[in-house]
Amino acid sequence: MRRDIFQAIADPTRRAILVLIAVQAMTPNAIATHFNITRQSISKHLRILNECDLLAQKQDGREIYYELKIDKMNEVDAWLDQFRKIMEQQFLQLDDVLNTLKNNNK
Amino acid sequence: MNMLFDFTINKETKTIHITREFAAGPDLVWDAFTKAEILDKWVAPKPMRLQTKEMDFREGGRWLYGMIINDTPPSRFSLAEFIKITPKTSFTTRNSFVDENCNAISSASSITTNTFKEGGAGTIVHIEKVMSSLEALEMMATNGFVQGTEAGMKNLDEYFSNIAATK
Repeated sequence: MRRDIFQAIADPTRRAILVLIAVQAMTPNAIATHFNITRQSISKHLRILNECDLLAQKQDGREIYYELKIDKMNEVDAWLDQFRKIMEQQFLQLDDVLNTLKNNNK
Repeated sequence: MNMLFDFTINKETKTIHITREFAAGPDLVWDAFTKAEILDKWVAPKPMRLQTKEMDFREGGRWLYGMIINDTPPSRFSLAEFIKITPKTSFTTRNSFVDENCNAISSASSITTNTFKEGGAGTIVHIEKVMSSLEALEMMATNGFVQGTEAGMKNLDEYFSNIAATK
């Protein structure tokens, strides 16, 4: 199942994890030291982030490091930016239409 | 004249807020958002054209429309179902994308509330869109996969390869 990025950022702990691993790659244990919750629930959050395709994994010896796939986070912003541009253009077109309609009513 | 245009997003609640002022009275702006013959003139980003297939502006009614590029008739349509209408004040739609037989092509949808107020240069329109998922945003940003720009097509390529990779 491909999860949604919105699902990742809906939870405050997951948002905090994303902020941490955006700065540097970290092991699950290192991540866990920043939170007052069980190691098990950190694993659960990491699993969800991974299912959202937000995590890149690096193996170093026996340790696994997680870091943020920045591109994936940027995807949301790219879609938003594109949608914003569509809306801007639509409204400029509406300005013209309203202008024409106003003149016709005179 | 520079018109107020405000676009903000709340990612946690998947909500987009848009505020725009228009240099026309509320009655005219209301018509521009609710009458097919006017909507057809401005909603499609040029060079696309909008074609209304059905319009029944009443609670429980719907607006079904497609985008035409290079004279190619649309095979995908946007569906806006009117949930609540307060005449000259606001209306709420459920928006989704469907095929020519009106079957949903995706579970992605959004709920949009448009509110009209006298003010600014004439009328201030506030639009609130609550998206069901990131996919809803992707579809809104591409008009249901028929965006004409190169950037849009590039995004779609990535989108399709992502889907292919997860299957």
